Amino acid sequence: MRRLALIVALIGAFASAAWAVQPDEVLDDPVLELRARALSKGLRCLVCRNESIDESNASLARDLRLLLRERLVAGDSDAEAVDFIVTRYGEYVLLRPSIDGVNWLLWAAGPLMLLIAAGAGGLYVRGRSTAGARQDASLTEDEAARLRDILKK
Amino acid sequence: MITELGHFALVLALGVALVQMVLPMVGAALGWRGWMAVAEPAAGAQFILIASAFGALMWAFITSDFSLQVVVANSHSAKPMLYKISGTWGNHEGSMLLWVLIVALFGAMAAWFGGNLPDSLRARVLSVQAAIGVAFLCFIIFTSNPFARMAVPPFDGQDLNPLLQDPGLAFHPPFLYLGYVGLSMAFSFAVAALIEGRVDAAWGRWVRPWTLAAWIFLTIGIALGSWWAYYELGWGGFWFWDPVENASFMPWLLAAALLHSAIVVEKRESLKSWTILLAILAFGFSLIGTFIVRSGLLTSVHAFANDPERGVFILLILAFFMGGALILFALRAGTMEAKGVFGIASRESALIVNNVLLAVACFVVFVGTMWPLLAEMFAGRKLSVGPPFFNAAFTPFMVLLGLALPVGAMLPWKRAQLGRTAWRLRYVFVAALAIGGLVWAMQTGRSLIGPMGMFLAAWLVMGTMMDLAARTGRGAGPLRRLLRLPRADWGKSVAHAGLGVTMMGIAGLTAWTVEDITVAQIDVPFEVGDYEMTLRSVEELRGPNYLATRAVIDVAKGGDFVATLSPEKRIYPVAQMPTTEAAIDQSFLRDLYLVIGDQQSSGGWAVRTYIKPLTVWIWIGCAMMALGGTLSLSDRRFRVAAGARKARAVPAE
Repeated sequence: MRRLALIVALIGAFASAAWAVQPDEVLDDPVLELRARALSKGLRCLVCRNESIDESNASLARDLRLLLRERLVAGDSDAEAVDFIVTRYGEYVLLRPSIDGVNWLLWAAGPLMLLIAAGAGGLYVRGRSTAGARQDASLTEDEAARLRDILKK
Repeated sequence: MITELGHFALVLALGVALVQMVLPMVGAALGWRGWMAVAEPAAGAQFILIASAFGALMWAFITSDFSLQVVVANSHSAKPMLYKISGTWGNHEGSMLLWVLIVALFGAMAAWFGGNLPDSLRARVLSVQAAIGVAFLCFIIFTSNPFARMAVPPFDGQDLNPLLQDPGLAFHPPFLYLGYVGLSMAFSFAVAALIEGRVDAAWGRWVRPWTLAAWIFLTIGIALGSWWAYYELGWGGFWFWDPVENASFMPWLLAAALLHSAIVVEKRESLKSWTILLAILAFGFSLIGTFIVRSGLLTSVHAFANDPERGVFILLILAFFMGGALILFALRAGTMEAKGVFGIASRESALIVNNVLLAVACFVVFVGTMWPLLAEMFAGRKLSVGPPFFNAAFTPFMVLLGLALPVGAMLPWKRAQLGRTAWRLRYVFVAALAIGGLVWAMQTGRSLIGPMGMFLAAWLVMGTMMDLAARTGRGAGPLRRLLRLPRADWGKSVAHAGLGVTMMGIAGLTAWTVEDITVAQIDVPFEVGDYEMTLRSVEELRGPNYLATRAVIDVAKGGDFVATLSPEKRIYPVAQMPTTEAAIDQSFLRDLYLVIGDQQSSGGWAVRTYIKPLTVWIWIGCAMMALGGTLSLSDRRFRVAAGARKARAVPAE
């Protein structure tokens, strides 16, 4: 089922049957090309479902790859080149969401939850370690007997 | 005729499931033994009826009965037999039927092998399980009936999606469903225990084998899916953080957490309410996964049956079971008091650390998956959350988990001294650090992923061996003692080492993949990394139901022949769909991965080459995790706990 719908959606685009990055797109300058590849892995193909333009076969992805390379050749920095594309296509193209606005919540969700969970876990452990009243009374007599009985079979 | 019988059996199964849902629950509440006893035969009957319906549907696929809508949409008379059979579950309706079949299978297993459960608990477990069955049987019968007929049967079908015509994928969905649905047993046990108002060590022992089985199936299912993606899609990736992949990964993470917390319930009678909550949530995430796949709510490359009506139905099922179970939990959780007492440094605490990390990691995946939806609904922003986010936000938790695991696994129960356990691991730590450092020194100017991954892998694998060695003790016959360790101990070690091995594979592939895209001319060699490739020929072929372009490429290293690889690209005319068949030369150190593209205007062919170090270890590690789970499952105490026949009559509460 993986990638299925994508491919279905792309049948129309297959007239030229392109497979991701084509040899004729590759820049002569290996440093620039490396930057272009790294950047295009973080940009979403707009007509695809959840794919970067680096791996997509759609013709739009190809256009975006070429556009990105044009900007880099023209001397843009990485950030400038990405901004150029974002201003034209919206933040939807960014596979790595920015940290502004409500998005800080997304980025902070993990660390915050870890703090909460670690706090709750820590409190629980402290409670258990000071609850020493019933030393080693993990099983009641009845339960221990039942477990023993099960194990004997 | 067989189709009608199948349809009839399906409707009858709904009736049986309704009886199984209501009578045992009432019986358990009022102490009527006769009503409780209905559960057992009903569970068996329900399973047999659904199995008959599933068999009838499979028969329709095997005989290419094009009077059925599902068969027309997903089969073709020229398709190989294996894919006719796997076509039964390669579509929305059939896969839902497989889903309820597995719900009923687990119910029947609990009825057949649950002889030593107290009668009231068993009746309630089977009743809850039947309720899940009722919900999904209604879903099938009212929104996606696989037995719907065509008014005018066509001469031939529209073929199964060619991407699915692959042995790896033929068995990927059944394993995933066994995993998803296996968690329904943990859920049923949790809800039954809440109704019963009693969670004890025995409960922990009963619920663990089911969770373990579900986790093993999920591991295998996810590994098969990613293995398939790796060789079939031609991108050379193994994990894409796609919403649907995440949907299978979240239950896996929670099931792993549940496995570990159930140990604490079983051995120490602590962490009870958390374990119950985890059991409810794990199945909840399975349902969310189903919802994501079938509703088309989140844009995913997996979209299965994007039908809002079906989506709403599943959402209602989800709301009912999660809402009901969580309300029950809120009412009853207070009554479950912990009994075990343990120190701050102890195995119990280490297992809590495990649970915190796994649960928070799952939460991160969940937030990342749902964020595009939340941001659009509440902030009006249309944005994407892709692999860069998940890699950055999820990986730290796995690193922490890997760091903590060897120490935690060796800490004694109840009261331990952290320093003493850590001291026993000192050589392992130094050796792992040395391996990481060596790798770091050998690679030039690249990221920390490689060295970090190798360090963690060495730390996990050697730490596990240290744990095993420590158990043999000193004195005579350590080897004999090693062999006589309980299988659960072996299972634990193998699974933990498997996690390390998988981490090694992922780090190797992520850090050191070499990629090359070039135009290859026939018989003109080109170099990628240390390897020299030569395109020998390109020919057109005709397969049973496809047309292929196949290239023959010789690979040599330093003048020595390595392999001849034949990547293909195919077109399936009936489905009008192209696929790539990458050619992979696999070894323990690296994969050579070749994809053939189009012919260029210059006359050459586009060829993509990847050299992917250590990749095969990703799946070897997954296999080790599944094997470890299986070893643990075959341990004597689970066999007796799950398999004992009516050991003794336990009086009803």
